[in-house]
Amino acid sequence: MARPLINVPPKAKRGQVIEVKTLISHVMETGFRPSSIGEVLPRDIITQLVCSYNGEEIFRADLSPAIAANPFITFHTVATESGTLTFTWTGDNGFSESGQASITVE
Amino acid sequence: MDQGRRELIKGAGAFACGMLLLTVRNAHATPATMQAAITSVFGNAEIGKGRVTLDIPTLVENGNTVPLTVSVESPMTATDYVKAIHIFNEKNPQPNVIGIHLGPRAGKAGISTRIRLADSQKVVAIAQMSDGSVWSDEVDVIVTLAACVESL
Repeated sequence: MARPLINVPPKAKRGQVIEVKTLISHVMETGFRPSSIGEVLPRDIITQLVCSYNGEEIFRADLSPAIAANPFITFHTVATESGTLTFTWTGDNGFSESGQASITVE
Repeated sequence: MDQGRRELIKGAGAFACGMLLLTVRNAHATPATMQAAITSVFGNAEIGKGRVTLDIPTLVENGNTVPLTVSVESPMTATDYVKAIHIFNEKNPQPNVIGIHLGPRAGKAGISTRIRLADSQKVVAIAQMSDGSVWSDEVDVIVTLAACVESL
């Protein structure tokens, strides 16, 4: 359903700063918007994105209803060693989705 | 007499505009709630101007998706790095936008994302360094189509 898109360069030099781009499809319902019959739709958002590099947390974002639908988040990290980056999105109504990207460091 | 009528109409117009502004203000968060949110995150730390660059269009057509980039000047070494970056707004229903937590492994302190803006307002980015100092940047944004007003 909510398939995440993750863009990490496949190869990098040791110590290079790489850009990580993430996009996940999600309505990010604010909890302030009326539906077509006038009732306020309950809040349904992603509240957190955590990224770990070989098991160590390198980035954490706390999201709010002010983040646009289909949250797109870009950040940076240093390519230290070959391995995998794991991304976990958690949110309201038990939402949980994760994705992985591997990187080869030379 | 003509002059009097003109003044009266002008006065009535100004009053109506004022009332409209007041009612619109009340429906949203206010600069005071933004200040309270900032205090709840950073305590009473002194917030300096500079080191943070908030890049956001000053004229936004669609408040439902506003691209935003924050970058912070920092060497990002093990002893001197950016710990957290928080973004706040004045007039959305809630003052918080996003809070991110970084470490020295980030290499470069900065993020890009897309946010919602419910009104023309001030957006503030505040960064906390590893030594505890706090820096900020703010941008006034004009929004022509507000987010959260209609169902899509």
